[in-house]
Amino acid sequence: MSAPAFHALVSGTASGPVALLTAPLSLWGGLDLETGRISDVSHPQFGMPLSGTILAMPGARGSSSSSSALVEAARRGIAPRAIFLSRVDPILVMGSLVALDLYQVELPIILAEEDGWAILSSADELRVEASDSEGVSVVRL
Amino acid sequence: MSRLAFEPVDRGLLDGDFGAAAARAMRMLQRYGEVLGADKFVSIHSAHIDGCLYHGPSSIDFVRRFVDLSGSVRVPTTLNVAAVDVVHPGWHQGDPAIIDAQRQLTALHEQLGCLATLTCAPYQRMIQPLPGEHVAWAESNAIVFANSVLGARTDRYGDFTDLCAALTGRVPYVGFHRPENRYATLLVEVPDREASGMPADLYFACLGYVLGKRAIGHVPVVVNLGSATRDDLKALGAAAASSGALALFHAVGLTPEADSLASATNGRDAVLPVVRITLRDLHDALEQLCPLEESEPIAAVCLGTPHFSIDEFARLAKLVDAQASSASVEVYVSTSREIEAEVRRRSDLACLFDFGVDIVVDTCTYLAPVVRESTGAIATNSGKWAHYGPGNLKRRVGLMTMERCVRSAVLGEVAPQ
Repeated sequence: MSAPAFHALVSGTASGPVALLTAPLSLWGGLDLETGRISDVSHPQFGMPLSGTILAMPGARGSSSSSSALVEAARRGIAPRAIFLSRVDPILVMGSLVALDLYQVELPIILAEEDGWAILSSADELRVEASDSEGVSVVRL
Repeated sequence: MSRLAFEPVDRGLLDGDFGAAAARAMRMLQRYGEVLGADKFVSIHSAHIDGCLYHGPSSIDFVRRFVDLSGSVRVPTTLNVAAVDVVHPGWHQGDPAIIDAQRQLTALHEQLGCLATLTCAPYQRMIQPLPGEHVAWAESNAIVFANSVLGARTDRYGDFTDLCAALTGRVPYVGFHRPENRYATLLVEVPDREASGMPADLYFACLGYVLGKRAIGHVPVVVNLGSATRDDLKALGAAAASSGALALFHAVGLTPEADSLASATNGRDAVLPVVRITLRDLHDALEQLCPLEESEPIAAVCLGTPHFSIDEFARLAKLVDAQASSASVEVYVSTSREIEAEVRRRSDLACLFDFGVDIVVDTCTYLAPVVRESTGAIATNSGKWAHYGPGNLKRRVGLMTMERCVRSAVLGEVAPQ
């Protein structure tokens, strides 16, 4: 199934449970690198595990260090497996490119349009295949 | 299907004419530029690197590849804060292994030609970007300050991209490098500061905190900010970049690209959406950032997030001078080595040390655990500290004025308003 509601920023394949956030998160200062859980006390999903998930969030925020937080989480094996965003975030894009370059960890980043968000909100688990030449296919498990 | 066009220098960089490290950095920037839909690259005048903050072995793995390839930065490049104050390693209360790891990471950056300024406020150095200059700055508060207050042009750079930009001197021409993306897209009305009755510290921190959340995806222009110092704008920008992802704001009559509302909006002010921030919004933000009760014991006062300016040290000196006794708890002020040296040269600031102030350099107390006392809350006048401190350090934190921080330091508990 090809879904026009999604646009691949960084390609890759991933599957896992969906972690749907209702507010933007800064991975640095927001993701605990020991536990893989959200550590920003002001975030509505404080405490939610992100490790191994298909992370869907309305945007990133804050720190320039979020790319480092993503790569270090990837190195430790506690990163999300894919990230859906509603707004392009250059900092996370570079984090994903470096995770692949240094550690061969595929971490696709996908831009979701409004109708794509409805698909993400209604799924518990997803499999995503993102390729920047052929678009994105998202399959519910 | 990339539409990215290369100039001869870009081809040269990719082909290895400037060495293997620059070629590797350029390949990463090419990929990054394609993802962001760039059509060309532009040259930068300087870079400010955030990737020098140690997060784990990956921080070192990334930089070492460039050092192994004998890389060298092609533009003046400064370093952001580190994870630990290596001048006072004994103050570090966290994992001691990080001290050597951080030293190694800083040294690797120096081998590439970066200047170890180790400050999050490079805009407080003698040499600053000029209006209209393209730079590649990372560190969220430095980005918003460079764009908004200095009128320089930087996109929201993160770790890794910053170093690639420094090693090549080139960046994809996207985001806030493009003039058309710098015009305001949102009008913001704010409560008059005088009438609000809020002290400046709290007003600008809370305003920034609310603005960051309300202006997501926008370039806001504040139409009625009145007067503000550089330190006020620094506090506002840092809070907004923490609560949101703000990289550029304008304030009519105050910031360089907002001589008038028309120039800030490219004449579109009549059709732009309007957000009205109320006094109630500011008080709600304050309540969120200061959950502390009066008389609650405090462990420490932490100031200097972003790094204290010399003017802020002078303000603090006046406040401590007015106290009959010195601090009864730890008091830390974070700043750069350069500004610390100036503080130590000035006899009118010696009262700070008599009061009990310890100056933390190279890092910042909201990310490096320095406070020794393990029980009690932490008082700060920084919206950014109050936002990140509870998550990073698992401490109770309260935002208050610098003046109330000083009185609280004397009492060892949260002083009355």
